[in-house]
Amino acid sequence: MSLTAQLPALQVVVPLLTAPLVVLLRTPGLSWAAATAASLTAFAIAVALAGQVLAGEVIHYEMGGWPAPFGISLNIDALGSLVLLLVTGASTLALVGGRDSLATEIEAGRRHLFYAAWLIVLAGLSGIAVTGDAFNVFVFMEISSLATYVLIAAGPDRRALTATFKYLIMGTIGATFYLIGVGMVYMMTGTLNFADMEVRLAEVTELRPIVVAAGFITVGLALKAAMFPLHVWLPGAYTHAPHMVTAFVAACSTKVAIYVLLRFDFFVFQNNLSQHDLHFASFLLPLALLGILVGSAVAMVESNLKRLLAHSSVAQIGYILLGASLISEAGITAAAAHMFNHALAKGAMFLAVAAFALRLSGVRLNDIAGVGRQMPLTFAALAVAGASLVGIPGTAGFVSKWLLLQAAFAQGTLGLVAVVVVVLSSLAAVVYVWRIIEAAYFCEPSAEVQAAREAPLPILAVLLLAAAANIYFGLVPAFPLSLAEMSATELLGGLQ
Amino acid sequence: MSAQNTILFALLWPLLGAVGIALAGRWPNLRETVTLVTASVLALSVWSLAPGIMDGGRPGVVVAEVFGGLSIAFSVEPLGMLFAALASTLWIVNSVYSIGYMRGNNEKHQTRFYVCFAIAIAAALGVAFADNLLTLFLCYEILTLSTYPLVSHKGDAATIRSARIYLGILLGTSIGLLLPAIIWTYTVAGTLTFTPGGILEGNLAGPAVGLLLGLYVFGIGKAAVMPVHKWLPSAMVAPTPVSALLHAVAVVKAGVFTVTKVIIYIFGVEALFAEPSGGWLVYAAAFTIIAASVVALRQQNLKRMLAYSTIGQLSYVIMAAAVLTPLSEVGAAVHIVAHAFGKITLFFSAGAIYVASKKTELPQLHGIGRRMPWTMAAFTIAALSMIGVPPTGGFVSKWFILAGAFQTDNYLAIFTIILSTVLNAAYFLPVIFAAWFSTEPAGGKDHGEAPWPAVLALCVTAMATLAFFFFNQPVLELESQLVGRLK
Amino acid sequence: MMELLGLYNYWVFAVLLMIGFYAVIARPNMVKKLLGLSIFQAAVFLLYITMDKVEGGTAPIIQKGVEDAIYSNPLPQVLILTAIVVGISTTALGLALVVRIHEAYGTIEEDETQRADLDE
Repeated sequence: MSLTAQLPALQVVVPLLTAPLVVLLRTPGLSWAAATAASLTAFAIAVALAGQVLAGEVIHYEMGGWPAPFGISLNIDALGSLVLLLVTGASTLALVGGRDSLATEIEAGRRHLFYAAWLIVLAGLSGIAVTGDAFNVFVFMEISSLATYVLIAAGPDRRALTATFKYLIMGTIGATFYLIGVGMVYMMTGTLNFADMEVRLAEVTELRPIVVAAGFITVGLALKAAMFPLHVWLPGAYTHAPHMVTAFVAACSTKVAIYVLLRFDFFVFQNNLSQHDLHFASFLLPLALLGILVGSAVAMVESNLKRLLAHSSVAQIGYILLGASLISEAGITAAAAHMFNHALAKGAMFLAVAAFALRLSGVRLNDIAGVGRQMPLTFAALAVAGASLVGIPGTAGFVSKWLLLQAAFAQGTLGLVAVVVVVLSSLAAVVYVWRIIEAAYFCEPSAEVQAAREAPLPILAVLLLAAAANIYFGLVPAFPLSLAEMSATELLGGLQ
Repeated sequence: MSAQNTILFALLWPLLGAVGIALAGRWPNLRETVTLVTASVLALSVWSLAPGIMDGGRPGVVVAEVFGGLSIAFSVEPLGMLFAALASTLWIVNSVYSIGYMRGNNEKHQTRFYVCFAIAIAAALGVAFADNLLTLFLCYEILTLSTYPLVSHKGDAATIRSARIYLGILLGTSIGLLLPAIIWTYTVAGTLTFTPGGILEGNLAGPAVGLLLGLYVFGIGKAAVMPVHKWLPSAMVAPTPVSALLHAVAVVKAGVFTVTKVIIYIFGVEALFAEPSGGWLVYAAAFTIIAASVVALRQQNLKRMLAYSTIGQLSYVIMAAAVLTPLSEVGAAVHIVAHAFGKITLFFSAGAIYVASKKTELPQLHGIGRRMPWTMAAFTIAALSMIGVPPTGGFVSKWFILAGAFQTDNYLAIFTIILSTVLNAAYFLPVIFAAWFSTEPAGGKDHGEAPWPAVLALCVTAMATLAFFFFNQPVLELESQLVGRLK
Repeated sequence: MMELLGLYNYWVFAVLLMIGFYAVIARPNMVKKLLGLSIFQAAVFLLYITMDKVEGGTAPIIQKGVEDAIYSNPLPQVLILTAIVVGISTTALGLALVVRIHEAYGTIEEDETQRADLDE
C-alpha cells in the first residue's frame, strides 16, 4: 500500500507516537523541535487530505484491514478535512511561534511533558475528525480533553487550576451524556459505525430510545462545544490557560465538537426521526441567538483582553450554530465557512495577545495602553484579525458573515430575527474590537509599555502569517468555501 | 497605458504614496514632496481617463472573483469619473494647504496624518470606481477606518470622544443597515453590479422598495441625512485640512455619491419614480435641508456652522437625486462639484483664520477682513456660492435642481430650495458683513494672513468656484451621458 | 408492572445517574464533586453492561465441543473497559488538580476558592 493511502491513519498516529518520544527527549529544545515537526507533518497530511477531498475522492480507510462495520473505519468528508486543517494548522502556528511564550510560562523541567500533552490533544482532536465510529469519537474526545485539562492547568495563575476543574467536571458530564446517547443507539441498532447506524436505524420500529439518544448526544456535545448556556467553563479556561494553549484550543477544540454534533444530527438522525430537522432547529436556533447576544454583550464590558475574546468566542460559536440550525445549504455552508474564518481570526488575536504578554506584565486593556506604537507589527496583525472578527469587508470574517446573513434572509420572518441579532452582535463586535484598538493605539503608554519592544521573530512571523491569511481568504475565499459547500451538500445529502 | 491599467494605477498609486510618505517621515520636506508628487501624478492619471468616458467608453477591470458570482471589480462611469477627478484634483490643493496649516500649527504626528490621508484618498477613488456594491462597501469601510486617525488627530479626551461618535455612527450604520440592504438586494436580484436602469425592477415591488431605500439612505451614514448626521459636527475636531477635503469633499461626497449611484444603478430612476413607496426620500431630504440650515443659524463656532451647512447641502444632492427627473440627476452631479469647491474654500478660510489668529468663534471674527483680506475675499465668494448667487458655481447646480423640480411640478422641492436659500443667506451674510464692516474687538492679537501655501490654496479654490459658473460645459456634457442613458 | 420491575438494572442506572449528577451540582467540596462524577460515570457503565446481557447467554468464550452455545454480546464489555480507563484517568487527573488547588488556595471548597479569587 502506498503512503498516500495511509494518510488518514497517519494523521492520528504521527502525533500520538511522537508524544512518548517527546517525553524521552527530555530537553526543552529537542522536545519542542520534535513536537513542532510532528505538528507540521500533521498539517501537511491535512493539506494533502483536503486536496484529495477537493478533487472529489471519497477517503475511506479500514483500520487493520477489518472491513466496516466490524472493524473501525476512518472516513474523511469535506467538513472533517476542514476541521483537520483547523486543528493541525492552529497547533502548528502556536507551536512554531510559541516557544518563547511557553518558556516564560512553563518551567523547563516540565516542558517536555507539556509538549507531550500538546501532541496528545492534537492526536485526539484529529482522531475525532477522521474516525467513522461513534465510540471511537468518545475515546478520542476524552483523550484530547484530558490532555487539554493538563495544558490549561499549566497556566501561570492559580485560577488556572479552578478553571480547569470546572472544565473537567463539565467536560466529563458532556462526554458521559454523549456516551449514554451512543449506548442507546447501539442498543437499538447493534452498531457503532456512523454509516451503518444510519442504515440500520431505518429498520428500527421503536424510535423512542433514539429520540432520547438524540437528546443526550446533542446536549453532551453542546456542552463540549460551549453552546450557550452551557458555555460557563469556557471564559475561565481560555483566560487562565497559557497564552499559546489558548491560541491553539480557542481556534479549534469547540469546532471539533460542533463537527461531531452536525455529523450525528445530519448523517445519523436526520433521515430516521420524523421532523428531526424541526426539533434540531427549534432547539438550536434560540440558544444560538441568545448566545450571540449574551456573548457579545459581555465582551463589550469585559476589560481583560483574553476574557473579552473568550466571551466573543461564545458569540461566534452562536454564529456557527445559527448557520447550522437554518438547515439549508446556504446556512450550513455559512456555518462551515465561519468555523474556518473564526478560527483564523480568533487564533490570530490570541497569538497577538501572547505576543503582548511576552513584553508586558498583563493583558488587561489598561496594561496594553499605547502598545501599538511600540509593537506596530503585532498591533497591525491584531487590528486585521479584529476587523475579520467584526466582519469588515476584505477580511475572511466578512465572507462568512455575508453568507450567514444571506442564508438568514432566505428564511423569511424567522430569518429576519436572525438577521437583526447578527447585525446587533456585529455592532457589539465593533465596540469591543474597537476598545482593544483604541487602548492599544490611541491611549498614552505607561513607562512599562514605552520600554516594550516588538515581539520575537518566530511569534511575529506566525502572527503576520495568520493576519495575512485573514486578508487572503477574505479576497480569495475559494478554498474554504468549496470545502464548506461540499460539507453542506454532504450533510444535507440525506434531506431529500 | 490602457484604461484598465490606469484604473488599477489610480487605486494603487496613493497607497504606494502612503508607503513613500511613511518612509520619508523623518525628513519633512522630502515627505511633503512625496505627497505633492503623489497627488499630482494621481490627478493626471485620473484626468487621463476622462476623454475616454466623454466618448462613451466604460472601461472596467475585475480584480478578484470572490464567491457566488460576486467580485471585487472596478469600472468608470460618468458619475464616478466626476467624483474621482474632483477628489484627486482637490487633494493637490489640499496638500499645499496642509503644508501651511500643519507647519503653521506645529501639529504632532504629521507623518501619520499624511499617510492616512493618502489611504483615505485611495479608498475614496475605490468608492468612485466601484463596479458593484460589494466593492463599494469594501472601499467605503476602508474610508471610514482610515479617517479615524485623522479625526482623532489631536488625541485628547474630548477629541477621542468625538472621534468615537464619528466611527460609531459611520460603522454602525454601514454594518447595521447598509450591509443588510446589500445582502437583501443580492438575495432578490442575484447580482450587485451597477447596471444602467437598475437591477431591482421586477424583483422587488411595493412597500419593500421604500424600506430597502430607507436601509440604503440611512445605512450610508456618510450622506448625513438626518437623523444619522451627528458624526459630521463631531468630525470637526479634526485638523482643518481634514474637515476641508474629507468632510466637505471626499467622505461626505462618497456618501451622496453612493446614494445617487444606488438610486440610478440599483433601483433605476424610472422604476423608482413609478413606485410610490420610495417617495418619502424627498421629504427626508427636504427636512434635513431646512433643519440643518436652522441649526447652522444658531451656531457660534465657525467650523460647526460650516458642518451643519454641509449637512444641508448634502441633502440638496439627495433631494435632487430623489426628484427623479433627468435634469435633477444632472443637478445632483453638478452640485457635488459646485459644493465641493465652495465648501473646501470655506474650510480653508476657517483654518487659515485659526492658524493666523487662533480664532474659532463667530463673534471673534469682527473686522477680520481688514487683517486677512485674501482669506475673507475667498470666504465671501464661497459663501455666495453656498447661497447660490451668480456668478458662482452654486447657482448652476441650483438652477438644474430647480429646473428638474419644475419638470415634475415637485413644489415641495421648489419651496425647500427657496426657503433654504433664504436661510443660507441668513447665516452667511452676517458673518461676511461683520468681517468686513464691523470694528475689531479691542485687545486682540496682531496678525496678518496665514502662511502663504494656505492662502494660495484657498484663493485657487475660490477662483475655481467662480470659474465653474462660466466653464461648466465639460461637467454638463459628462453628466448628460448619465441622463442620456437614463432615457 | 412486572415488565417495568424486570428492567430494574435500568432503574438502578437512572437512580445512580441522578445521585451522581446531584452530587456534582450541589456539593461545593471538590472531592465530593469528583465522587459524584465517578458515580455518574459508573451508572453509564452499568447501562452498557446491562444491554449486552442475552437471556440465557454465557461468557463469550469459544470452547471445543460447545458450538451452539448462546453468548452474551462481548462488545459493550470491551467498550466499557475503555470507558472505565477513561473514567479512572479523569478521576485521577481531577484529584491531582484538587491537590494542586489545595496547595494554592488552602481549601477545596469551591465557594471559598471563588471568594479568594474575588478578594485578590
